[in-house]
Amino acid sequence: MVEGLYYKRNEKIMSKMITISPVTRIEGHAKITIQLDDNNDVIDARFHVNEFRGFEKFTEGRLLWEMPGITSRICGICPASHLVTSAKAGDDILAVEIPETAEKLRRLLTLAQWLQSHALSFFHLSSPDFLLGFDSDPATRNVFGLIAADKEFTKRGIRLRKFGQEIIEILGGRRIHTPWTVPGGVREPLELAKRDQMLTWIPEARETVGLALDALKKIHKKYAKEIPEFGNFRTLLVGLVSKDGGLEYYDGLLRIKDGNDNTIADKIEPKKYFEHFGEAVEPWSYLKFPYYKPFDYPKGMYRVGPLARVNICDYIETPLAEAERKIFKSLSGNVNVVNNSFYYHYARCIEMLFAVEKIEMLLKDPAILGLTIRAQASINRLEGIGCTEAPRGVLFHHYHVNKDGVIQKANLLIATAQNNLAMNRTVRQIASYFIDGKKGKITEGILNRVEAGIRCYDPCLSCSTHALGQMPLHVELLSAGGEVLDEVRR
Amino acid sequence: MSFLDMDERLIELADKIELVYSPIADIKEFPENVDVTLVEGAVTNSENEEMAHLIRKNSRLVIAFGDCATTGNVTAMRNPFKVEDIQRRAYIELADKNQRIPDEYITIAQLLKTAKPLHEIIKVDIWLHGCPPTADQIWFAVNELLQGRIPVLPPAYLRYG
Ligand code: SF4
Repeated sequence: MVEGLYYKRNEKIMSKMITISPVTRIEGHAKITIQLDDNNDVIDARFHVNEFRGFEKFTEGRLLWEMPGITSRICGICPASHLVTSAKAGDDILAVEIPETAEKLRRLLTLAQWLQSHALSFFHLSSPDFLLGFDSDPATRNVFGLIAADKEFTKRGIRLRKFGQEIIEILGGRRIHTPWTVPGGVREPLELAKRDQMLTWIPEARETVGLALDALKKIHKKYAKEIPEFGNFRTLLVGLVSKDGGLEYYDGLLRIKDGNDNTIADKIEPKKYFEHFGEAVEPWSYLKFPYYKPFDYPKGMYRVGPLARVNICDYIETPLAEAERKIFKSLSGNVNVVNNSFYYHYARCIEMLFAVEKIEMLLKDPAILGLTIRAQASINRLEGIGCTEAPRGVLFHHYHVNKDGVIQKANLLIATAQNNLAMNRTVRQIASYFIDGKKGKITEGILNRVEAGIRCYDPCLSCSTHALGQMPLHVELLSAGGEVLDEVRR
Repeated sequence: MSFLDMDERLIELADKIELVYSPIADIKEFPENVDVTLVEGAVTNSENEEMAHLIRKNSRLVIAFGDCATTGNVTAMRNPFKVEDIQRRAYIELADKNQRIPDEYITIAQLLKTAKPLHEIIKVDIWLHGCPPTADQIWFAVNELLQGRIPVLPPAYLRYG
């Protein structure tokens, strides 16, 4: 039934089960299974996450001050978001308000994190599907294939990500897992020369995001027939907005809307999150299933991240991104909500534009160069919660400490997990649409579309299952001639 | 993913290597006759373990890539605790609905009692330290390999964390 060696059926579980393993071009280890009936029509499809590390237990006994450093190792892709969120939980425990410069620097770091992570998702991971084609040869359908097909475009994307990484590196002294943000503020101020160095990147970055948006609009036309089947359903949408309803990333209050643009709840203090959101467990995935408590499980399905944020905010404070947001909204028909998960990519590009514009604004703000950057205090509360918008959605760190600042209990609610119900529904929808018993053959390209449904959410699974550490990454290098290692052995 | 931190150097590399299996590429089966495999992460569940053996069988050189693969690093921070206790915290104490430990082991992997560095499972030829290894470090190692040499890291690259 399935051709090629890319997908195996798992005979053990059901006579008709397709297993896609591993799901590729995402961060982390996962599988998809598709269960068929006797006519080869889809009964069910599931997204299984295979990672578990148990972060919430083994941070017991660590010091609060270590938490930003430890938790940033949850994820190699958005370490800065964990760093900032952990530091915010620390601010809460110290009961301090951090200096203005420190807040602005943390904002800068958060946006740099958005930019590099979004660029990675769009250029390195997802665009091989769009630019090479869902049905193109799987052997080259990756970033190296993209380099071969369009070197200039790929290089642009690589450099855009580099810009984000460079800000992180300049601020924190290194690219990944920087220990620069701490409870109470940040460790080092920003020097003038380094500020200027970052500013030189802005024109190129803005132009590259423009190119990404142009490319994406062509993709929208090219796949106009398929897009309506890519995770198109209504769910709740959850995220932070600023005090007056703007797109927010570092602070603000939670807003919940439904797929018809009704506001279900607004101005929720992030510290009260656990009153509103619960987590369920399924035996077939290590990733839990968060839901909105008043609607119960699984009806309380919600989505977070770019699609939710751009949908629920009333405006974006930077001009180019705001203009693009209005075009985005026009895709929604008469409900004023873009419900289709395929448009995560579009929302992500709009957020990249916002990030570039806002980074420029922050850098030009004289306060960014201030020297007062850290509030010193000791443990003043035994419980603290930090919340920011990570690239993939709203992120919470919740710690209990004793009077010496030793962690007694930690709970993390991570963006990717909050999309778990929606990701499952998406694979089911795509599989049901494209796999049709009467039409016969299930091609590799069809199964790749099911995976592409997952890529819309840009899940980061090592992070969401609190996988301190990583899935094994098997990057493999083959020398062009294959002779390299023979030489080595000689 | 830190591999991708080589930025524009990836473009240079594109002509010199063939990427045959990776989370960033779409081939689902680990191929035979591989020159070099970089393995990131500690071995923490049954599938990682099987994969490690398959990699060893099919690769001429195996590189433990990053502190998790070389020492266990943060992944091994769970080791002092019982698997059961860690799972109980996540799926029972910190869950609100259907509290139970996931156990459909046909679709998900079973955790090992402890997370282990790669060399405790298979023979490793080269170690690249760092959490994660820096782009310069990776670039150095890859270039040495392309020159037909086993990379011997200069002291500056021999750091953990
Ligand atoms: S970056 Fe650090 S935590 Fe992540 S896999 Fe590598 S060594 Fe482990």
